[in-house]
Amino acid sequence: MVFDNIDTVSVPSRRTVLKAGAAGGLLLVVPMSLSRGLAQTSAAFSPDAFIRIDTAGKTTIIMPQVEMGQGVYTAHAMVVAEELDADWQSVSVEAAPPDTKLYANPLLTVQATGNSNSVRAFWKPLRQTAAAARMMLIAAAAKQWKVDPASCTADNDQVIHSASGRKLSYGALANAAAKEQRPADPALKTPDQFKLIGKPLKRLDTPEKVNGSAKFGIDIMPEGVKFATLASCPVFGGKVGNVAGQDAAMAVPGVKQIVVLDDLVAVVGDHYWAAKRGLDSLDITWNDGANARVTTALVWDDLRKAAEKPGLVAKKVGDADKALARGDKHEAKYELPFLAHAPMEPMNCTVHVTPDSCEIWLGTQVCARTQEAGAKVTGLPLEKVIVHNQLLGGGFGRRLETDATEKAVRIAQKVDGPVKVIYSREEDIQHDVYRPAYYTQMWATLKDGKIDGWLHRVAGSAIVARWLTPAFTGNHNIDFDEVDSAIDEPYAIPNMRVEVVRREPPGVPTGFWRGVGPNNNVFAVESFMDELAHAAGKDPVDFRRSMLGKNPRLLNALNVVAQKSGWGSALPKRVGRGVCCQPSFASFIATVVEAEVDENGEVYLRRINTAVDTGIAVNPDTIKAQLQGGIVFGLTAALYGEVTLDNGRVQQNNFNDYRMLRINQVPNIEVHLIKSAEPPGGIGETGTTAGPPALRNAIYAATGIALRRLPIDREVLAVRKKA
Amino acid sequence: MIELQINGEAHSVDAPEDMPLLWVLRDLLGMTGTKFGCGIAQCGACTVHVDGKPLRSCLLPVGTIGKRAITTIEGIGATPAGQRAQKAWLDVEVVQCGYCQSGQIMSAAALLASNPNPDDADIDAAMAGNICRCGTYVRIREAIKRAAKAGPA
Repeated sequence: MVFDNIDTVSVPSRRTVLKAGAAGGLLLVVPMSLSRGLAQTSAAFSPDAFIRIDTAGKTTIIMPQVEMGQGVYTAHAMVVAEELDADWQSVSVEAAPPDTKLYANPLLTVQATGNSNSVRAFWKPLRQTAAAARMMLIAAAAKQWKVDPASCTADNDQVIHSASGRKLSYGALANAAAKEQRPADPALKTPDQFKLIGKPLKRLDTPEKVNGSAKFGIDIMPEGVKFATLASCPVFGGKVGNVAGQDAAMAVPGVKQIVVLDDLVAVVGDHYWAAKRGLDSLDITWNDGANARVTTALVWDDLRKAAEKPGLVAKKVGDADKALARGDKHEAKYELPFLAHAPMEPMNCTVHVTPDSCEIWLGTQVCARTQEAGAKVTGLPLEKVIVHNQLLGGGFGRRLETDATEKAVRIAQKVDGPVKVIYSREEDIQHDVYRPAYYTQMWATLKDGKIDGWLHRVAGSAIVARWLTPAFTGNHNIDFDEVDSAIDEPYAIPNMRVEVVRREPPGVPTGFWRGVGPNNNVFAVESFMDELAHAAGKDPVDFRRSMLGKNPRLLNALNVVAQKSGWGSALPKRVGRGVCCQPSFASFIATVVEAEVDENGEVYLRRINTAVDTGIAVNPDTIKAQLQGGIVFGLTAALYGEVTLDNGRVQQNNFNDYRMLRINQVPNIEVHLIKSAEPPGGIGETGTTAGPPALRNAIYAATGIALRRLPIDREVLAVRKKA
Repeated sequence: MIELQINGEAHSVDAPEDMPLLWVLRDLLGMTGTKFGCGIAQCGACTVHVDGKPLRSCLLPVGTIGKRAITTIEGIGATPAGQRAQKAWLDVEVVQCGYCQSGQIMSAAALLASNPNPDDADIDAAMAGNICRCGTYVRIREAIKRAAKAGPA
């Protein structure tokens, strides 16, 4: 990721804090610094830390990243427990409170969970902290026994002096260990010493998720809570005009209050059903505002026009113009639609505002920004805003935004007591922060069956410009995410240029969506690779192999998946295999989708294989699960996903017209994990980027039709055209 | 007042007859294991059993239930099929975010109770009404087969 090198982003100060907690015991905070050269400063007592060992021996690991299904609670706990030599059976985890200084993601500089980097970003700092804690516990025991610390070992929550057979528990040592000096550079285990890392351990969060006891944001019930649902202006940026039918709404049993704000109307009741019925009985007219005439067609015309001109150069190798001027020039233009996130847990936020406090319960990917949003809306100082982060019923990037929190706090300001604001599914889909529409133009020339010249021009919204402005302005106004997997495409191409045209769609808020920039770029690169292979008269796998010489990890993954998928073996008519290679999120993944296209153009998934080299696999079972699920997420979008607008309004409503893949449509997905000693890569979004181009290429192989737009168009694929 | 039998216990709730069972469970009784996903019986997150039959509680008026026995995710572990499903879900490590899994397990438990040895087509038919946005379908299928194997022949 290019982001590492950006120096304009403010970084949290390096701090190493070690104090006895209020209840006694060891508290350890790791340095969370981005940049290597910062001076070390001491900091004051902090009540929060990454590891807490109390005198009773209970080890708690504070989770800097949120659990939204990706398994990070278990992976981070495994990393810490490994270096701490903790007893895995007795560790517990808890969500970190909002605190950017302590819990910022080192790769993002924000207390955020995203971009598939939780393990990558915290791999080293968490290990260092845990190893330091282990050494301090050993030092405390050695002092007590008056022996050389080097003669002691640690295992299963105990320090052991084997020569004398003495043992002391971590709990018994916690207070003394807290007084020890934190070692500056603790020795980390080598992979052959790992006892936990690399094992398919059971997830810590599963038991409570199979019996209904897990608490997601929507499940929180503060004493006296009321329930609200809302209607925001259906046109983005529009305002409330007139609200008629208020008497009828108040007459609905259980309705307590109608809240009319500038841009939204909410009804509060004793339960959601009352709030929903009350809202439905209102007759609201809206002042649609400047975006009243926005349509999808208008957005696309605007985007295609903007992309006619060259963009900012994000990467340049050799002389692309010269190479593109010799030989047959191949061209393709790819289009990806707006998408909603539609996590299974609809957006919701529970808030209790009093004159001097604001308490917020929700599941969010941005805990500190949630606190800041509460402070901004209420005018209260930050420390008066308390955020209780819960499990997330899906994030997928939707919960990287605070728009729903701000609305909930604004509603709560008008309500006496706590109120749980729940979006209906329709409101959730129609008031999302959407995956941008992308328009990508590709040009290439071939020489001796390989690529000679390459021009890749991406056009679309620059999400980073809004979401993390310094990372945009500090990178010459290039959104690193928008060109991710374009500037680092994996093939040896002697002459290439990547350009980016930033174009913000009118009237459509845009945000990160699982797979982020690589979704677009991997789709364009891998679709174009298949078209070029066809032009070169080569097999798509052989064509890729011939240009992956400098990328042995990806080449190996490609070879593994080709073998496992039976690449090249005979298939029935209108059945094809498609391949996708990607180096995204620091993982090297090759995927083959086998699909059938029937005469009506309907597409059936038959078999899916994926081979992954993600470096050291902290929990191999979680990695397999993420690939399986990510592929389904991506294929869902490829087969169905599209948000359209008319009169400024999103036209999709619910799962009936914003469709999801279901179990009867999903074949077995085999994940082949490649052993590696490299540092861990990212995994949560990789399947999502892998699925769509592999499917698109399978359809190309099955029908000869080169689709250049998602979701797939069944009419184009039909043999028998509909009248 | 409406009298309900939920997980073997009697409950009395002050609710309008047309109020969906989902909101009675969640907002009036504080039983939050049953989830809201869509409100139109498209996603299955709200699945409960009424006399052993899987129903979408988001569209089930509470006044129509009468004396029939309601079972929710909080109580399904007390049934043999529910217990097998929960164990298989753990063994196979089905769950990701987990939000839809209450509904998935309720649908699976109903399937296992009525069909001790479901094949792929049976599983598809019984489970296609339950959406999982995390895409855990491959493991759901595996878990149901494992639960079936652990059950009565």
